[in-house]
Amino acid sequence: MNKIVKKEVLSENVVRFAVEAPLIAKSGKPGHFVILRVGKSGERIPLTIADSDIQNGTITLIIQQAGKSTRKICALNEGEYIDDLAGPLGKATHIERFGTVVCACGGVGTAPMYPIARAMKQAGNKVSVVLAARTGDLIILEKEMRSIADEVVIMTDDGSYGQKGLVTQGVEQIINREKVDLCVTIGPAVMMKYVSLLTEKYKIPTVASLNTIMVDGTGMCGACRVTVGGKTRFVCVDGPEFDAHQVDFDEMLMRLNAYKEYE
Amino acid sequence: MGNKEERNELWRKALRESMKNKDRMAIPRVKMPELDAAYRSRSYDEVNMGLSQEQAVQEAKRCLDCPDSSCMSGCPVGVNIPKFIKHIERNEILEAAGTLKETSALPAVCGRVCPQEKQCESRCIHLKMKSQPVAIGYLERFAADYEREQGSISAPKPVAGNGIKIAVIGSGPAGLSFAGDMAKYGYDVTVFEALHEIGGVLKYGIPEFRLPNRIVDAEIDILHKMGVKFITNCIVGKTLSYEDLHAQGFKGIFAASGAGLPNFMHIQGENLPGVLSSNEYLTRINLMGAGREGAETPVFMGKNVVVIGGGNTAMDSVRTARRLGAEKAMIIYRRSEEEMPARLEEVKHAKEEGVIFLTLHNPIEYIGDERGRVKQAVLQKMQLGEADASGRRRPVEIPGAVETVDADLVVVATGVSPNPLIPDAFGGLNVSQRGTIVVNEDSLQTDLPDVFAGGDIVRGGATVILAMGDGRQAAAAMHASFL
Repeated sequence: MNKIVKKEVLSENVVRFAVEAPLIAKSGKPGHFVILRVGKSGERIPLTIADSDIQNGTITLIIQQAGKSTRKICALNEGEYIDDLAGPLGKATHIERFGTVVCACGGVGTAPMYPIARAMKQAGNKVSVVLAARTGDLIILEKEMRSIADEVVIMTDDGSYGQKGLVTQGVEQIINREKVDLCVTIGPAVMMKYVSLLTEKYKIPTVASLNTIMVDGTGMCGACRVTVGGKTRFVCVDGPEFDAHQVDFDEMLMRLNAYKEYE
Repeated sequence: MGNKEERNELWRKALRESMKNKDRMAIPRVKMPELDAAYRSRSYDEVNMGLSQEQAVQEAKRCLDCPDSSCMSGCPVGVNIPKFIKHIERNEILEAAGTLKETSALPAVCGRVCPQEKQCESRCIHLKMKSQPVAIGYLERFAADYEREQGSISAPKPVAGNGIKIAVIGSGPAGLSFAGDMAKYGYDVTVFEALHEIGGVLKYGIPEFRLPNRIVDAEIDILHKMGVKFITNCIVGKTLSYEDLHAQGFKGIFAASGAGLPNFMHIQGENLPGVLSSNEYLTRINLMGAGREGAETPVFMGKNVVVIGGGNTAMDSVRTARRLGAEKAMIIYRRSEEEMPARLEEVKHAKEEGVIFLTLHNPIEYIGDERGRVKQAVLQKMQLGEADASGRRRPVEIPGAVETVDADLVVVATGVSPNPLIPDAFGGLNVSQRGTIVVNEDSLQTDLPDVFAGGDIVRGGATVILAMGDGRQAAAAMHASFL
């Protein structure tokens, strides 16, 4: 049982929780994820950690309502509990001084990117963050990102905030302006696919953090398997981050929809 | 008291003399009452219904209480088999249950899922006389169930606590058996479990119709009463490191993290939606309750289900598919039925429940429909060749003999590999090429002196009872290391 000590609504469908989890706060690193479950008949949901506070023993989780389970989690209030929370899982992000790092985030993918961008900055990189969403109201963590990044570019599909256009256009502007040494992308699979295609064209090493279906999250079930460089890998134990240029995003998109008709 | 002395106790002698061996031999082996196949193939109710007391006492009379009790040498945990059976013969069922608990932390589980036909029962004197062995497994289950149903379940009395903190990684059969023995020795035992439920493979792997979760919970409850602490949602190696365990004062660690990783065959189309590991399929259903009222975890409802493999997990998967409404549920196995590793009882039950067996076939490709969902499996026909390293005849392809079957759900049950979490996180362990932790065969001690290991993380995919045997062996060795 993990207590929710703080809840904030970030946008229409997105909430931010600070959850008591002192062990995870202490051992978690950027890129790690947790599995959570609410209710005795709830499903196990993987979620990348958005931040940790070792002092207060809490982790930050940012959740978007997408289905029944996430709706139920988002409806929880301060003082209520998440029944099961396990982690930190997966491999942490490889952080080092690359030079210029572009962080391409789509929607709620901005949340797990925040600790990665911050760690990249602390490691001495020049960090450019591209925040993209359908509309301005869905842009999250802009203030937080501005506080740690060298530059924040906002892109919206409808032009209601920042520039009108897709995340790839924001990334390409930076690529055209200066040498980019690494791109990290987190967001919907289809968005990561196009970011990957773009950076491949420019031969920029790119890491994508994949958000596949999981059950246990510890390597046991294989629901999360993806093809990377022609080999089957498990996102939960081999990932969640992979060389984006090697990831078979079309297969991943197909697998993400596997259970649609049963939900 | 040794087994020999116990056998020489007056009550045992008197019981032996009360009936002639010839008359004992003449009693036919009891038949396990089972649910009707048509009914049960659509229900999660337990298939084997258990013996009545009358049946159990009658079956107990078949045991000759022989001087060398060879059955015991077939039991990985060393249950005092004749003693518990003779208690049953005297209608002392609670004493029989007490005898079981002297050596086994999970008798109601073992009575259900142990392959007795390959262990204790395979050594029974009856077999030497061309008679069927005593139904030791059924009797074990009877005694454990009786005690639980009477509500008189008792926890073995531990000796005075010695205050030494012991950590157990994983709450499957190896971990539970180890925890039970260490608690009896007086240690302060904490079991860490990665999932949200205690029981490991007993919960996520073995289905309700073979091993109801409430039976597992009742046995875990006894461990609770013995003072064993359980911490769920804690992944040792991730949530807590080896160093963290030391900092928390743990003086001994038993790694029993199991064979978590499912094997795939790496054939074309294996990553199509609708193709999944038996671990995923069974975990969704057994642990998460998928397919049942109110459960939020979804699962594929196949009409034509194909299960790849010939082990108990394959049988569990295919029988589960029938219960979830599969019209056609099929086992695909590359060898012949004779080489199947599954228990005979599971194969028999599966057949009674309408499962189709396609042996000497091996999948080589899966074909998807226009949405990318699996719709067919392409199978290579096989024949048996020379014996291979396992002693079984090797399946070889029949050139050009290929057929295609419809399949909207494929469950791959071709074995598991050790979970790499602990080997990766504990620096200094000796890890074999196939990912198992290398231990001293006698003590089960690893290269890290305070870490012992057992179960599938050492064996790489074996049985519940062998894992439990490891738990006992490691407990005895770790205990000795503290003396």
